[in-house]
Amino acid sequence: MTTKTHRVLPGFGLALGYTLVYLSLLILLPLGGMILKASELGFGQIIDIALGERSLAAFRVTFGASLVAASINAFFGLIVAWILVRYPFPGKRFVDALVDLPFALPTAVAGITLATLYAGNGWLGRYIEPLGFKVAYTPLGIVVALTFITLPFVVRTLQPVIEDIETEVEEAAASLGASRWQTFVKVIFPAIFPALLTGFALAFARAVGEYGSVIFIAGNLPLISEITPLLIISKLEQYDVLGATALAVVMLALSFMLLLTVNVLQWWAANRHKNNEPLEAAAGRAAGGAQ
Amino acid sequence: MTRFHRSISGLLLALVAGAALADASLLNSSYDVARDVYKDYNPLFQKYWKQKTGETLELKQSHGGSSKQVRAVADGLEADVVTMNQANDIEFLAEKGLVAKDWTKKFPNNASPYTSAMVFIVRKGNPKAIKDWSDVAAPGVQMIIPHPKNTGNGRNTYLSAWAWALKQPGGNDAKAQEFLGKLLKNAPLFAAGGRDATTTFMQRGLGDVLITFESEAEMIAKEFGKGNFEVVYPSLTLQTEFPVAVVEKVVDKKGTRKQAQAYLEYLWSKEGQENAAQNYLRPRDAELLKKYAAQFPPVKTFTVDEVFGNANKAFSTHFKDGGSFDQIYVQK
Repeated sequence: MTTKTHRVLPGFGLALGYTLVYLSLLILLPLGGMILKASELGFGQIIDIALGERSLAAFRVTFGASLVAASINAFFGLIVAWILVRYPFPGKRFVDALVDLPFALPTAVAGITLATLYAGNGWLGRYIEPLGFKVAYTPLGIVVALTFITLPFVVRTLQPVIEDIETEVEEAAASLGASRWQTFVKVIFPAIFPALLTGFALAFARAVGEYGSVIFIAGNLPLISEITPLLIISKLEQYDVLGATALAVVMLALSFMLLLTVNVLQWWAANRHKNNEPLEAAAGRAAGGAQ
Repeated sequence: MTRFHRSISGLLLALVAGAALADASLLNSSYDVARDVYKDYNPLFQKYWKQKTGETLELKQSHGGSSKQVRAVADGLEADVVTMNQANDIEFLAEKGLVAKDWTKKFPNNASPYTSAMVFIVRKGNPKAIKDWSDVAAPGVQMIIPHPKNTGNGRNTYLSAWAWALKQPGGNDAKAQEFLGKLLKNAPLFAAGGRDATTTFMQRGLGDVLITFESEAEMIAKEFGKGNFEVVYPSLTLQTEFPVAVVEKVVDKKGTRKQAQAYLEYLWSKEGQENAAQNYLRPRDAELLKKYAAQFPPVKTFTVDEVFGNANKAFSTHFKDGGSFDQIYVQK
């Protein structure tokens, strides 16, 4: 008799094979093709293209704005997710559905709408521009567009995790004398931190590649508000496919490094949490700090 | 058979019948805003071709950014003809061997059936008194144009201003570049495309002058009302051409050379030229130009070939990476 364990879905071998083929076709093949194309240029040439003044400025704008947007969403997205999970209120389902809208909207539509809102004569622009905040056609506009586009990533990643935290844990912490702040910092935050990092990483990755919504609000001035995807398109418009691929590969490498860093951080956070005490103990510890 | 199956097979039958009704089909790959021009032109040609040969022709259109369309054709989109807004786009297809090397000689007027000109659109009453290129470059004036590196529209503006600066007393390339530097400093943004620039200027109320095709001015009048802006013709501007070509490789494969050639030739017929004029593009036909004189006031123009040698040369000196446009920005 075999000791083979039976799973609900048939065949690990088959499923793994399928997974590998599927991922290769969808992800490895296109990316491999891109790297192969870029390898027609020497490594030195790729670096030259990446270190051009306009490219450097574009990388700064792209990665800078993406980091800012992902951070903004990590903070405000957490609040949104918390409210959506913890509090009942009228129209909750509607608000919950609103979160997904940036997913569904064609990005160009989002860009044009945001530009209309924030232009000097727009609904919002006419009030904030006199205060000295010029949003449309500045790097700030890029941050706004990216924040809009990436909101669902943080909220949707956090929601199930927050749902899993039982309120009893908080009650236990409170009954043991922990303040609200201590409960949050020592009990809740460690539990949701890994998910928060995942949401942040997803939002960041999405923002780096964003094109449609940004070009309508960015202003696209060289060295000031040009994003790297625009430079790539610009090179394609010049039929410089190799140059475009070089920029794309550099972008890919930078994103990969950043995502790897976030993943390591996340792994570290998750592990630390696992090795630590269970939530109930954490509640006690939080309370202990209060005594 | 269920009702569902019956309706599906009915649909399929209709599709097959529809395809069978046409004796041949042509695909025209074209730039974005030419949609209306060819939507009006296609029925004219279909009627003409039916009368002449008895053949029913199916005409399909594909529109997008000029360079993007050309890349699609180069990558295998089976377009029989290409109708573009920049010569260097078709030149790219010629280099790839898809279009005849001497494509500009295959049709009259450099293979461009109609033209337009780059003009200034200013706000009602022209509050900043913008008359010519020097006024656009004056301090405190805001100019709205699409990105000169990424759009034909933006490139045409750049070249117009450059040629104007060359023609000024003591003008030379260095002075022209300096002038362009001043001009570009007045751009608070570069729009993503021609239509985006129009919306930014008209709807968002940004800028004192929008520089675009003369034909776009009429679109704006239709969309936003005639009284909201004025059209100013500068003392010298670029005559923009809209080159057309047969895609040799595709017509040979599909056996549609005869139809494709006739489709483009007919653009020069009275009907074709009138259609262009009605779409606010300057016809080549002198008589028609006179007939529509109110719509097309005289303007002093130059062609890219006259001032810059040819489209490819203009492109590589000014817009290729490291060209004059990049130099202006990196110098700052």
